[in-house]
Amino acid sequence: MIKGKFIDNLPKVYGIYTGGFLVFIILMAIAEQAGMTAKMIGIFFVAFTVAIYAIIGYLSRTIQVDAYYVAGRQVPTVFNGMATAADWMSGASFVAMAGGIYFKGYGYMALLVGWTGGYVLVASLLAPYLRKFGCYTVPDFIGTRYGGNVARLSAVLVLTVASFTYVTAQINATGTIASVALDIPFGIAVYVGLASILLCSMLGGMRAVTWTQVAQYIVLIIAYLLPVFWISNKMGAGVFPHLMLADEVARIGELESQFGLGTVKNSAADLATVPKGLAGITKAHAEVNTTPWKFISLAVCMMAGTASLPHVMMRYFTTPSVKAARRSVGWSLFFIFLLYCSAPMLATLSKLSLMDPTLPTGIIGKSIAEVQAIDWYQNWNQANLMFISDFNGNGTLELNEFFMGGKAVVLATPEIAGLPYVISGLVAAGGMAAAMSTADGLVLAIANALSHDLYYKIIDPKAETAKRLIVARVLLVIIGFAGATIAALEIQGILGSVIWAFDFAMSGLFFPLVLGVWWKRANAQGAVAGMLLGLASGTAYLVWVRTGGAGFWGVTQLTFGIVGSLVSLISMIVVSLITKAPDSATQKMVDEVRVPSGKTVLGKQH
Amino acid sequence: MSKQQQHWEKTRNLLFITLAIWFVFSIGIFFFGAEMEASSIRPFGYPLSYYMTCQGSLGIFVILIFWFAGRQEKIDEEFGFTEREDD
Repeated sequence: MIKGKFIDNLPKVYGIYTGGFLVFIILMAIAEQAGMTAKMIGIFFVAFTVAIYAIIGYLSRTIQVDAYYVAGRQVPTVFNGMATAADWMSGASFVAMAGGIYFKGYGYMALLVGWTGGYVLVASLLAPYLRKFGCYTVPDFIGTRYGGNVARLSAVLVLTVASFTYVTAQINATGTIASVALDIPFGIAVYVGLASILLCSMLGGMRAVTWTQVAQYIVLIIAYLLPVFWISNKMGAGVFPHLMLADEVARIGELESQFGLGTVKNSAADLATVPKGLAGITKAHAEVNTTPWKFISLAVCMMAGTASLPHVMMRYFTTPSVKAARRSVGWSLFFIFLLYCSAPMLATLSKLSLMDPTLPTGIIGKSIAEVQAIDWYQNWNQANLMFISDFNGNGTLELNEFFMGGKAVVLATPEIAGLPYVISGLVAAGGMAAAMSTADGLVLAIANALSHDLYYKIIDPKAETAKRLIVARVLLVIIGFAGATIAALEIQGILGSVIWAFDFAMSGLFFPLVLGVWWKRANAQGAVAGMLLGLASGTAYLVWVRTGGAGFWGVTQLTFGIVGSLVSLISMIVVSLITKAPDSATQKMVDEVRVPSGKTVLGKQH
Repeated sequence: MSKQQQHWEKTRNLLFITLAIWFVFSIGIFFFGAEMEASSIRPFGYPLSYYMTCQGSLGIFVILIFWFAGRQEKIDEEFGFTEREDD
């Protein structure tokens, strides 16, 4: 039917889609000139893009197991790269990252290095081998490689803890954007976000998620790059910002010392009046402002976490071959690179727009009353994302008197830099795409692990295809609702939860996965010990530090994966060595996995 | 040594080279953040520390993965372990 044809026509289909989206942006720009209100433009952008994803989701519906779990293993290399990039880049990457760089500078950029360097581990240590294995889910690999339900269950446990921590953050992000763009309360917006997420994944599983993720990547990358290039050119900073902002970076350094960054400090009483979650610039823009260990430990956690997060790994199960899986990792990172190398540029442009008194957009040094009268200031102040206060009473806005929420850097910069509102609408749609695509991947990873590994492999191995797929879908809805309910409580900020998810995944899964391929002697007992003790010690360390514990080795609540994974590695090796070596069938299986040719270890349908 | 063992040995060596390069650009150079900042090497005019975190290391990772994939394909071909197209 569409299948063969659809795959062959992918470049054409997505080419038309991209063209259509650009036409839509132009139409919106014309509508804005014709007097359409900002609010309507926002609604149109979010509603239109979400409707398209839902249609793709519906068209990709399936009743076949391998289409539902691994998209029929026929996703071409480059498209899988795009889908992985969307899967990977979450609300945190899109909305929060530039903000983090804006406020924290160099120390924060450890995340950029960590979130890209991890792909080298994925490509060289894991993805091709897991693809050869032919599993549907990550626990499927653990369960078959090590043998036994205990190993499988432990993997399901780690996967659920890590992915669930992550998914609440993403549903939170969809809720935040939907509530701003559609102007509805956050508590309701969370469920609107959830409904859109489920529309994309429920009927077609992995197949539907794959094709919506490609569509979402196209929206989010246009939405991120267009403002960066536009602002840079408008400001006269450079036609190609990535290579031409050196003067601007240096200029920010000058302005920082001119405005007394680091010398003028706010009193605690003054800071208490600043709304929660907003921050001022306290760190220099391009200076090395952290210790090597702090930088490196955060980067290491993000890299090992990348290689252990199931929603990324399972994307490489969908390629047609081992070779394609390997190349696909390269494409994924290329598409991620496009956005990540732009985030620091956006932070630079945003900061300079606000700070430089010689630019028409600069607000530092203007009178307080003048800034308070600016339209965008009033809007974002109302949304609780911006705040100014005349602490020293001189009537002029100083650098230390301006506060902003991390999200505002991406969401508000187009407006601050004086771009038409249509760009802000586009950015909202991009943020929504980023958060939705990641949430989709995560909800599906959890639901698939529970339906395939827990229900089908352990509880009812005789279940028929139809029943398996119904169970998978019911679980998808339940997990989505659970995630939305917790997201509505707003326990932890978006970025914090995301970083925790990496640490959880690294604590429990990194070594059991890697050693499963690279160390034949690793056995079930060792793997179970590695997963459970790793997860338990990582969690214990997190709780300890959170409740006032001092910690050791400079490991913080953001890098507890270092403790967890070390415990995991040591316990896995020790327990493996004091128990029996895996039988010859398992050893042979590992040999099979190590060569690309021949049949997969697990059958096409299992 | 069997064909399979030889193949695995070459694969493992490639892994070590790949991970060594990865280590240098993801961990190694960041021991020297302050030195990089003071360095007179300024790609496109940016301070070296800033450039490596924004683009340098990231770009190297992209190239490294494609290079690794190409090398691994050669190794697989050499030992006849390449997949058939219709697999």
